Amino acid sequence: MASLLGRFCRKLVVPGSAHGSRMISTTACDSEAVKSLNLYSAINQALHIALETDPRSYVFGEDVGFGGVFRCTTGLAERFGKNRVFNTPLCEQGIVGFGIGLAAMGNRAVVEIQFADYIYPAFDQIVNEAAKFRYRSGNQFNCGGLTIRAPYGAVGHGGHYHSQSPEAFFCHVPGIKVVIPRSPREAKGLLLSSIRDPNPVVFFEPKWLYRQAVEEVPEHDYMIPLSQAEVIREGNDITLVGWGAQLTVMEQACLDAEKEGISCELIDLKTLLPWDKETVEASVKKTGRLLISHEAPVTGGFGAEISATILERCFLKLEAPVSRVCGLDTPFPLVFEPFYMPTKNKASSSSSLSSPLKKKHYLIMGLHVWCRYWMQSSPLLITSHSICFFR
Amino acid sequence: MAQHLKSSKSTFLNVLRHSLAFGSPSHASRHLRQKLPHGGPPSIKKVSPNPLTRLCNTMVDTLSSSHEDTNSQVMDFPGGKVSFTPEIHFISESNEERVPCYRVLDDNGQQLPNSQFVPVSKEIAVKMYSDMVTLQMMDNIFYEAQRQGRLSFYATAYGEEAINIASAAALSPDDVIFPQYREPGVLLWRGFTLQEFANQCFGNKSDYGKGRQMPVHYGSNKLNYFTVSATIATQLPNAVGAAYSLKMDGKDACAVTFFGDGGSSEGDFHAAMNFAAVMEAPVLFICRNNGWAISTPTSDQFRSDGVVVKGRAYGIRSIRVDGNDALAMYSAVHEAREMAIREHRPILIEALTYRVGHHSTSDDSTRYRSADEIEWWNKARNPLSRFRTWVESNGWWSDEAESDLRSRIKKEMLEAIRVAEKTEKPNLNHMFSDVYDVPPLNLREQELLVRQAIKSHPQDYPSDVPL
Repeated sequence: MASLLGRFCRKLVVPGSAHGSRMISTTACDSEAVKSLNLYSAINQALHIALETDPRSYVFGEDVGFGGVFRCTTGLAERFGKNRVFNTPLCEQGIVGFGIGLAAMGNRAVVEIQFADYIYPAFDQIVNEAAKFRYRSGNQFNCGGLTIRAPYGAVGHGGHYHSQSPEAFFCHVPGIKVVIPRSPREAKGLLLSSIRDPNPVVFFEPKWLYRQAVEEVPEHDYMIPLSQAEVIREGNDITLVGWGAQLTVMEQACLDAEKEGISCELIDLKTLLPWDKETVEASVKKTGRLLISHEAPVTGGFGAEISATILERCFLKLEAPVSRVCGLDTPFPLVFEPFYMPTKNKASSSSSLSSPLKKKHYLIMGLHVWCRYWMQSSPLLITSHSICFFR
Repeated sequence: MAQHLKSSKSTFLNVLRHSLAFGSPSHASRHLRQKLPHGGPPSIKKVSPNPLTRLCNTMVDTLSSSHEDTNSQVMDFPGGKVSFTPEIHFISESNEERVPCYRVLDDNGQQLPNSQFVPVSKEIAVKMYSDMVTLQMMDNIFYEAQRQGRLSFYATAYGEEAINIASAAALSPDDVIFPQYREPGVLLWRGFTLQEFANQCFGNKSDYGKGRQMPVHYGSNKLNYFTVSATIATQLPNAVGAAYSLKMDGKDACAVTFFGDGGSSEGDFHAAMNFAAVMEAPVLFICRNNGWAISTPTSDQFRSDGVVVKGRAYGIRSIRVDGNDALAMYSAVHEAREMAIREHRPILIEALTYRVGHHSTSDDSTRYRSADEIEWWNKARNPLSRFRTWVESNGWWSDEAESDLRSRIKKEMLEAIRVAEKTEKPNLNHMFSDVYDVPPLNLREQELLVRQAIKSHPQDYPSDVPL
């Protein structure tokens, strides 16, 4: 279904450099009033709507009162009062713990962690309390009204503690949801869905895009469904999967690959937990190749989960090993950031994208290998042959 | 000593001037300015764009303009006025005397003269005492059941019956409870039946928790008692959030959270206390200081005068109570609750007591403390006998009532265990439900896989879980 939507609401991507490209989308299905907004303004709008539509909802965290260090909470305290929008002491475990308590009493608590790099003191509360609140109580209690927002990702000069992408830690926790928007329009709809979802949600906002990304955002109250990936660019030769700011990079890689005759299908996962395996699976079964890209370090990153799952489900359709173009296994460096980042050139030169074979050739090769498989019935044989032929 | 130091004011001014240096455009002019403190106000009045510099300038000006009497000077620092002192004086790490402990009954259960307490009716007193006995017997029988291998695990509340029952009695049913794990008495007071306790311990299909957690991890939404989680002190910040909700909804209720001496060392305790004070949340923090965190005595837990003194550090009103005195507990909690709700403030109650039992059935506490010590607390400081004496002195209890109660409870308990043991376990699908509000696709797939595995190898799986 997600791919159907993708075809119906085709997105226009303005080509530009890897960092700082503007994504403008015109949605054919919408004729409502729209406004050109950046990411932080779109999020701000979502928060205004959330607080307006539910009188028992709250927004709090460090420095949210004056508008927040990224201005996402501008105007909220003035409009809704300091009882509903307030600063908290500097204590992430307290912020999230307090939010869980509020949510447990049926309120919506939209909690801000100033940078995802500082979310770890709250990890115990998130994993041992929020994620298990409903399950351990036999559904007598729940804290579904909790949403934790945190800016994540590279910003060009953030270093170790203003650039982290910790999504993988949270994807390993049954009971919470992890959502990452790619653009202003997506962010508003996904944030409203997250706030209203009856499960605790961790919502990572790509801070790089707070000002950089500008898009036409509908002014009304709308929600984008969770756990539904979107094919934002159609193609036939290879599937690329990513989320958040990395999609801008991958979009550029797709454009470059197109010049060499490679047709790329680009998927925005949007929700990492629970993630939409079906959309990715359908795409890889069509293209036969998968490249996953994220800023977080490659080892143990969420790309590994996608890779393993797709291998299980699409093994016989794969024409090449799954590629991961990710951050390196180092703390996020300052001076070395340009070397660390998974740039479009790294994506382009990865094994999945680099061999400019035409689709026809894949089919012939594929048939060859299929025959041998049926004759010998040895999965090991097909693997080694795949690598041999398709590198 | 003071003579050897420069006057504090000039030192302060010099420090101020130095800190103005960085990033300040008037750096040079500061150094060229004539030296204070006894001169007049500075002749240059530059308004700096840097707010920190402007603040420092204001401080310098204010100081230098009223320098005559050091002791009468005050300064508006962010956070309010403080007065100055020329003496270098460190606040002592502890008061000379420990905070006294509020009690109403002496060790023998006699009401102390001039004791202040909230009176309890006969009905309440008899229910309090009966529930304390019930709690003790329930603990006995479940503990034995574990020893016999019928239960996997149990934790008793021996010695803390007064804390459990008296605090519950002083609260209203609308007050929401965030327990640690040694407060089943609060549930008992509110009407949780012995059968309901047993169902949870045996993890059968009637367990409200659907068999997901170890024994003693009770929870009841109808009784406003949030489900126990074994992680220490995580419930404290949750209670503060819940209290804030009650305040915002204008309810005549507060949140109450329990924890032990060990729990007061956790980061969540400090987070919660600070939040409660800042958010002005109507929450009671009841610390059961029972002397032990498993094998760790309080001397290895903190170096403060217990937990009560920590309240002041956060701006929270606190009291130390004899936790083995049911009347004192009742009064303290009653008064604390009033203050919390009426004044929108948190209250800290440190209830001093002793953990008579082992930490749990996985512990043998004679390995780290003497059996004599345990025995002494069990006999000489027993909360049940002290309260019983007082109840009987009012003519509200008797030996006959005691034996009637005990035989009734014993019968009920044994029946509850018999029924709970026989009741089947929750259905397998409850392994997958409630992870989210609706099971996502991956869980639906995993359930199918598990069911397939059971079909192929049924002998690998317990047969008492219905499929």
